Amino acid sequence: MEVGLTQILLLSTALFFIGVYGFLTRRNMITMLMAVELMLNAVNINFIAFNKYLWGGKLDGVFFTIFIIAIAAAEAAVAIAIVINIYRNFGSIDAEDADSLKL
Amino acid sequence: MEASNIIFYLLGALILACGVLAVTSRQIFRAAIYLLFCMMGVAGLYFWMQYEFIAAVQIVVYVGGIVVLIIFSIFLTHRVGNDLAEPERKRTLFAGLASLFAFLLFWSVIKRNEFFGEQPSGELSVRRIGEEMLNYKQGGFVLPFEVVSILLLAAMIGCIVIAMRAQTEKN
Repeated sequence: MEVGLTQILLLSTALFFIGVYGFLTRRNMITMLMAVELMLNAVNINFIAFNKYLWGGKLDGVFFTIFIIAIAAAEAAVAIAIVINIYRNFGSIDAEDADSLKL
Repeated sequence: MEASNIIFYLLGALILACGVLAVTSRQIFRAAIYLLFCMMGVAGLYFWMQYEFIAAVQIVVYVGGIVVLIIFSIFLTHRVGNDLAEPERKRTLFAGLASLFAFLLFWSVIKRNEFFGEQPSGELSVRRIGEEMLNYKQGGFVLPFEVVSILLLAAMIGCIVIAMRAQTEKN
């Protein structure tokens, strides 16, 4: 089968929902962060594929991808700082254990 | 079947297999390594689409930055060798069903629609990316570039402030 935009979109959709599945099932904060990174990667693949196949000659999709990668790096750094702080305070990074704001 | 198609399917299989293992592996360190190979597969897909600059950025930032950061934080917060707890059966079932149905919905939408556009363009010079990024005329990207640089500065300072040990412990 000839590979075109459809196949790439199916691949990125599958990757996105693998990330969603991981985010819903994992309770460990670092693995949840990894699932979020998978979802961001799926979105990046979509932007690049649309830029290549439908928006030739322009660079909007490429720039979206570059900025998403930059923001993902910032987000990962802040998330890991928060995770380390939570580990210091609760002794665990399970999302169920950090419940001191619950009534 | 052309060679480029075969390469695409191999890359897709690598990405999906490593992605599934990254979200299901019981050992957190192995999950991080699977995530690393998944990111490498995505970089290979960008190479396959002839967007070499994006592939290089993907490798430098994701593989060299984010995954290494995740591995460091695993070492700081976990005892190596301890397995993660098994997720509840009910939660696994419903999360799997929700993801599967959403994927099938998207699949049907993508299959039903045809995408029309210009011919695929392979050329993407780094010079053009740089010129567009600092272009302040109509359609240029200098404003988001500046905003992202401020965001990165804010994230850096925020990380230091959040992860810093409180001063009161000394007293």
